[in-house]
Amino acid sequence: MTTPADLTTDVLIIGAGPAGLTAAATLAPRLDGEVLVLDREAAAGGIPRHSDHPGYGIRDLKTFISGPAYARRLAGNAARAGARVRTLAMVTGWAGPRTVEVTSPDGRQRITARAIILATGARERPRTARLIPGDRPAGVYTTGQLQNLVHLHHRTPGTRAVIIGAELVSWSAAVTLREAHCRPVLMTSTHHRPESYAAFAIPGRLALRLPVATRTRITKITGHGRVQAVELEHLDTGTRRTIDCDTVVFTGDWIPDNELARAAGLDMDPATRGPLIDTAQATSTPGVFAIGNLTHPVDTADIAALDGRAVTSHVLRYLREGATTTAPEIRVLPGDNLLWISPGRINTAVTPPRGRLLSWPRLHIRVPTVTIRQDHITLTRRRLPWPASPGRVFRIPSSFLATATAKDGPVTVDVA
Amino acid sequence: MTSATPRPATRRGQTTYDIAVIGGGVVGAAIARELAGYQLTVALVEARSDVGDGTSKANTAILHTGYDAKPGTLESRLVRRGHQLLGDYAARTGIPVERTGALLVAWTREELDALPGLKAKAEQNGYDRCQIIGASQVYQELPHLGSGALGALTVPDESIICTWTVPLALATDARLRGTELLLNARVDGADVKEDATVLRTTAGDVRARYVINAAGLGCDAVDRLFGYDRFTVTPRRGELLVFDKQARPLVNRIVLPVPTKRGKGVLVSPTIYGNVMLGPTAEDLPDKTATGTSETGFEFLLRKGEKLIPDLLREEVTASYAGLRAAINRDDYLIHADHDRRYLLVAGIRSTGLTSAMAVAEHVRDLLAGTGLDLAPRGQLPGPPQMPNIGENFTRPYQDAARITADPAYGRVVCFCERVTAGEIRDAYRSPIPPCDLNGLRRRTRAMNGRCQGFFCGAEVLALAGSHGDLTPPGRATHETR
Repeated sequence: MTTPADLTTDVLIIGAGPAGLTAAATLAPRLDGEVLVLDREAAAGGIPRHSDHPGYGIRDLKTFISGPAYARRLAGNAARAGARVRTLAMVTGWAGPRTVEVTSPDGRQRITARAIILATGARERPRTARLIPGDRPAGVYTTGQLQNLVHLHHRTPGTRAVIIGAELVSWSAAVTLREAHCRPVLMTSTHHRPESYAAFAIPGRLALRLPVATRTRITKITGHGRVQAVELEHLDTGTRRTIDCDTVVFTGDWIPDNELARAAGLDMDPATRGPLIDTAQATSTPGVFAIGNLTHPVDTADIAALDGRAVTSHVLRYLREGATTTAPEIRVLPGDNLLWISPGRINTAVTPPRGRLLSWPRLHIRVPTVTIRQDHITLTRRRLPWPASPGRVFRIPSSFLATATAKDGPVTVDVA
Repeated sequence: MTSATPRPATRRGQTTYDIAVIGGGVVGAAIARELAGYQLTVALVEARSDVGDGTSKANTAILHTGYDAKPGTLESRLVRRGHQLLGDYAARTGIPVERTGALLVAWTREELDALPGLKAKAEQNGYDRCQIIGASQVYQELPHLGSGALGALTVPDESIICTWTVPLALATDARLRGTELLLNARVDGADVKEDATVLRTTAGDVRARYVINAAGLGCDAVDRLFGYDRFTVTPRRGELLVFDKQARPLVNRIVLPVPTKRGKGVLVSPTIYGNVMLGPTAEDLPDKTATGTSETGFEFLLRKGEKLIPDLLREEVTASYAGLRAAINRDDYLIHADHDRRYLLVAGIRSTGLTSAMAVAEHVRDLLAGTGLDLAPRGQLPGPPQMPNIGENFTRPYQDAARITADPAYGRVVCFCERVTAGEIRDAYRSPIPPCDLNGLRRRTRAMNGRCQGFFCGAEVLALAGSHGDLTPPGRATHETR
């Protein structure tokens, strides 16, 4: 076997999840040139590959299918559109602003592209990053690892599980545990109520008979060899109790898989911890774009996919004109009640995907009022008909920022 | 390939080894390797299921110069000699070492005033390359250091080393030299007979003419089996936090505290795997299995970290763990040979033991002279083993074009965060001392040790491990978070 030659391509997409595959499928027919997608996994599709429950493809494909079916459909769409999708190909670093180093069983290779789209997604923080003390026994998972184990490798996690977090993904973990004959006995939330939609939490609680301990945090894991128990603390009373279990699943608490973005030296958004992007999904390096949950950790797969659709015209314009826009930009910052807001830069001439800014609330607000401030002046104060919840993205129409101007400095968006 | 599994007890019961070394940590492995270089039959008897699985695995992983040892002690001499021996051995076997150097940073007037004394002490220990530098030079060396540093003592030859590969290399070398490795063999009794000693172990009896106790945390209990009652091992728990690789540019030197009357303090160090380590705490405990971490430990470390390298706290914590140092109430190593009972004790080898292990082994060999054991060198010794590189400052397989071309398994990245390939996992299972669980695999390859802790690769690594013969059921697999 010989070492593959270094190659050049027109558009390189890193990450074959919903965002990357949808960008490939949309871009390939419109581009006079090659679209190459690289993914380090053995199969394209990203996280939905092992989320074996329905609910995928609602907004992008106008359908309602399972994660694995959705992953297959997106990969098929990209291939049929003429994009080249290479799996088992891991981008390990950069050799230039638009040149990457790749390791695959075919060899070590440099690939240079005219434009690069980063779509590396996000992951859940594991126990270690959450600084949960105690013993270090087996039986501690994230949802990602659990679903990989159960759905792709058909293994059994344990028999009695406590789920940390009560977001959408936490219920997904509960369903997976059930299917693997591991009984979820308790779900915990640090908030006053579960973070997920009531429409999901209430039937979920009834169907799975799974109680949710609110205002509760995990303070310790015990067990030698295997998990024996977790210690939980009530945040208001400080009371601690011990729950016997052999499995603990840490859910939610997302962080972008930002290693390549940081290694490229891109300006980073300290709030999302992904690359700082503008409404054209452009990063601080010309010709390098970022989409999907790398830039908003995390929204649902279909929203990530629609990012991939939206970025197409910006990439094409960049390839044609050498820039996405010349209009001035405004920095957008999250207020006290938002963990992050994305994109972090508003280009006054470009609308973000779906005309929405995405944000992550820190607390529940049933009827939220959005406030836009710039230079100590309140530009907009508008009530929105959908609730804000700390376990899912809160979407704000970008038109709320219409009166902001580039010369007046950063804009702060908050919800109350 | 020879098997690392113990032979049946009945057969082994009839074998009389010249030497039985109790304890397969870094010290025991070094002693077994050393003695197997002579006309001796050697058994290395380990209570746990793997070598280097006790105190040796949770070390601060520093290759010490011995600059701060108590001058004139055995420890001072053996650490200095060990620094040389292990440095050379690492170069020959491929054990990853990075010559980072260290700075002892003074934050108070008292600490600043202590630096000249520390420099003089280093010189008494035979190390004369320390320099005292001013605050501005400290910040040139460590631009991310928190404010308030007054000066520092430099120790240019303090280095970082892979604390997992060292005992594995020494034990592998010992095996290649003919040492029999007996795992899962906890010593519960000892009958000292006229011509040999019979060790009663959980894996059957082991007969040997001479017994060396290098049992680390357990060496006081083993010592009592030989009729002694001279010291107690008090496990001293040290908790450590390991930060994400993205923190590595913040810390390019080992940052040591100036020891004061109030204790040794916390250090920040780059790791050989490209992370940053903060710790350890120091807490005396009665329980020799208490390797759990604690809320107070974390709080203490984060407070220290914020002062030392404020930007560090913006990075993610990749791992936290606790190690138990085998502390005894003594200022020096306790190495004592009882030729009447053909028994030699190696105790009190604290964290400097990683550096000194090979020198301790030489010292033990010298103590055995004149005991009737045949200390004539064996001819045709096999060369030292070539260890897989799991350090970041040498080429890793995923970066090696020629190697991937020759064997595509090195191009198949399985653990993305740590860039571990299927080829390396396969190699670990084919090595002379294969892993017996996922933790062993982690120490040999770094698989699952990264920031995602298995979110992406956990199931795949488990499947690969299974395909190579680790048939631990997943529910029982011991993939601890570390």
